[in-house]
Amino acid sequence: MATTNLKINGKEYSVDVDPSTPLLWVLRDHLNLVGTKYGCGVAACGACVVHLEGEAVRSCVTKINRAAGKEVVTIEGLSEHGDHPLQKAWEQVDVPQCGYCQSGQIMSAAVLLREIPNPTDEDIDLAMTGNICRCGTYLRIREAIHLAAEIQTKLK
Amino acid sequence: MNIPTSNKKELKNVTSQVFKASRRDFLKMGGLLAGGFVLGVNFFGCNEKGEKITSIAPNVYLQITSTGEVIIITHRSEMGQGIRTSLPLIVADELGAEWSKVRIVQAEGDEKKYGSQNTDGSFSVRMFYKPMREAGAIAKLLFMQAAAKQWQVPVAECDTAAGKVVHRRSGKSIEFGKLVTTAQTLPIPNVKDIKLKERQQFTMIGKATPIVDLHDIVSGTAVFGIDTVVENMKIAVIKRCPVLGGKVKSYNDKETLAVPGVLKVIPIKGGDIPPTIEKPLSGVAVIAENTWAAIKGRDLLDVTWDLGEHATYDSAQQLEELSKEILKKGTIRRNRGDFDRAKVEAKKVIEHTYIAPYLAHGTIEPPNALAVVKNGKCEVWAPTQHPQGARDAVANALGMPADEVKVNITLLGGGFGRKSKPDFIVEAALLAQESGLPIKVQWTREDDLHHDFFHALSVQRITATIDQNNQISGWNHHIAYPSISATFDTSVLQPADGELGQGASDFPYDVPAVKVETHDAKAHLRIGWLRSVRNIPQVFAIATMLDELAEARGLDPVKQALELLGDDRAITFDDEIVDGKYGNYGEDISVYPWETGRMKKVIEKVAQEANWGRKLPAGSGLGFAAHKSFLTYVACIVEVKVGPDNKISIPHVHYAVDCGTAVNIDRIKSQFEGGAQFSASIALKSEITVKEGAVVQNNFDSYQIVRMPEAPQQIHVHIIESEDKPTGVGEPPVPPFTPALCNAIYAATGKRIYKLPIDLKG
Ligand code: FES
Ligand code: FES
Repeated sequence: MATTNLKINGKEYSVDVDPSTPLLWVLRDHLNLVGTKYGCGVAACGACVVHLEGEAVRSCVTKINRAAGKEVVTIEGLSEHGDHPLQKAWEQVDVPQCGYCQSGQIMSAAVLLREIPNPTDEDIDLAMTGNICRCGTYLRIREAIHLAAEIQTKLK
Repeated sequence: MNIPTSNKKELKNVTSQVFKASRRDFLKMGGLLAGGFVLGVNFFGCNEKGEKITSIAPNVYLQITSTGEVIIITHRSEMGQGIRTSLPLIVADELGAEWSKVRIVQAEGDEKKYGSQNTDGSFSVRMFYKPMREAGAIAKLLFMQAAAKQWQVPVAECDTAAGKVVHRRSGKSIEFGKLVTTAQTLPIPNVKDIKLKERQQFTMIGKATPIVDLHDIVSGTAVFGIDTVVENMKIAVIKRCPVLGGKVKSYNDKETLAVPGVLKVIPIKGGDIPPTIEKPLSGVAVIAENTWAAIKGRDLLDVTWDLGEHATYDSAQQLEELSKEILKKGTIRRNRGDFDRAKVEAKKVIEHTYIAPYLAHGTIEPPNALAVVKNGKCEVWAPTQHPQGARDAVANALGMPADEVKVNITLLGGGFGRKSKPDFIVEAALLAQESGLPIKVQWTREDDLHHDFFHALSVQRITATIDQNNQISGWNHHIAYPSISATFDTSVLQPADGELGQGASDFPYDVPAVKVETHDAKAHLRIGWLRSVRNIPQVFAIATMLDELAEARGLDPVKQALELLGDDRAITFDDEIVDGKYGNYGEDISVYPWETGRMKKVIEKVAQEANWGRKLPAGSGLGFAAHKSFLTYVACIVEVKVGPDNKISIPHVHYAVDCGTAVNIDRIKSQFEGGAQFSASIALKSEITVKEGAVVQNNFDSYQIVRMPEAPQQIHVHIIESEDKPTGVGEPPVPPFTPALCNAIYAATGKRIYKLPIDLKG
């Protein structure tokens, strides 16, 4: 057990956990930020993607000490009212089916959209290949990312 | 573990929210059935202004408050098919409600009140379209009567729209909420007095309505089973015997108990054969303060197993054995004409063996369940497709009357048939009882893939004959796979009628001699049902063989299908089914007939929309397959491109579907989009194998699911306009896609596919 200081969605937390604990379980079990999901635990599905210092990471394989003192953003903190251009686009396209994979999808897409404001289909394929959607919403995800790019451009 | 003080409050809030949500979601509805004469009066307490809020519940699905809120109870499980939207919108449409004022509340599992809640078999819309319309129409009539009384006008002059009753002649209108008190003094109208809307009056049915949980999902606040929390909840992760029927012999938990956060280790009795869907597997559970400690503790457990009778089972070996077995004579299950004679007289005989592997459901949310056992009662929160089955199974396991068990349904992160089995819920209940603690059982992905109720592997052989006149004269389909029934009764060695009735015994084509034979195949795993079930392998074999036959006859496969379906008529199978019955997915075939005309129509539609017959560059091809399942008619054309490196890409998929009256166009489309992707995983990627009795694949790195770059790139869904009774769309998209893709690959490369998943290098 060790105390780790965390900064998540702009808020400071300190947790006393086994330092080998993955960030995912700290978020879910200790801080009740359950928007980040467990799907595989081995970096194979993308359900657990969060931002660590602005980078998309798989929180299921990110040990908590790696996140210590760094800026973490989860789906709950992506926007204040769930109105990030991606979230708006997701709603307009009615992307989700079961919805379970979608926070991971949105978090992966958010980094893509910041790095490449107008991504091509290939850019999207590349950025999203680590995110499984068992329900098969891939085409709507792609459509929504293109739409979010438009919404984002208009906002600028 | 310490919860930091800054966060303690937040955590407590979340906890009480779960309880609150469950209370809010399970309002006591007064138990009023449509047509009853008891007043459905409920008191909600007060609003912020201190005004008393009352409500009326004209039936079990509906409650309207004096503030104008329309609460619709949804009693089916949401797993991505959109049912929490599609059934309520039917009620809202008939009632004339304002959709933005509708609140959806998930019902608990209660058979007496809601009828079957088993969300399976693509039947929610099929079974509840009419009851939902009636529920809305009864409430509509009640409010019209209340308004008519208030206005002193004839009821017939009233109508409803956008949450109000309107009086056409005078132009007067009044909100439902303002009529609640008057409505409370009136008897609930009888269902025989209502008048349902005409189609042209629909405001929501047949249009596209976004799902009700959309905002919660994209903002990360939707509550799945895995997200439920109650005060003092502990997490259990279980080490289960890797081999079916194996049992714990002994275990050493010294290292486990040394893991900080681990509280207890509890052995679980189980591992019975037959396994059933309710009983737990034998194993050892680690109870911990948090999931990570439980997982770590579980990994450190040292268990010695008595592996039992399946310890040497090897799936590759079983496939080999079954491939020999199906060369023999089998048990005849359907017989028309004289196949043997057709074979003797044939000009050409084509024969192939088709092999398909075990599949796992791989719901993206692995199984999990939270149970609290206290004072002889049990309350459960779980992502379940079958809350009533879960309630009975838990009651049974705990030795409690079913009335003392309450099952609350969360959102499901995928179901596909996995979550209709209550085994994981029973585990939570048993551990909660044994430990005296609220327990959430969490399955890891590895657990999920190792201990699923698997889609069975299969070997089939089809022999088809072409006569002197170039007609298909005979069809002999040999089938071998472990039956789902073996999960309940190990003496069952051959497919059940219900399994054969998913494509094989209901082979609809006009061939003079048809013989379906089945063979013994022993179950060595828990066999279950996976989205569209036996249609998957059976239609893979049938529709690829038909394509091969068309080629041998020099015919276009689409033309051949239309021709083989013959004149427009309703076909039956019972006369030809030997010692059995055609199940028709549980529906009377006189009510839901098998209509060749409807099948032909979807085939014609898809051919036209996909521009069938067009020339494609070398390495590209179009493939066709059509199949009716779960009473829905589907035809599919896939366009494929195969690169020089054998890389398969799928630029277009076209579907035409006749599912009767379309309820929510957007969710029909999304089910087809998802169904194609689901089938693409089956065709291209997924395979479970077993060695020494244990599943080899551990996670999504080895059990693969299609990902975005390889997924079909455009999926076009063409819905036939129909006024027929609605039928479901959750499963029917899956079966025809895989053979259509195989046929497209043949068109592109000249290579026939006889084995799944597709391997072009092999
Ligand atoms: S849970 Fe982290 S990638 Fe799957
Ligand atoms: S929406 Fe269900 S897994 Fe993606």
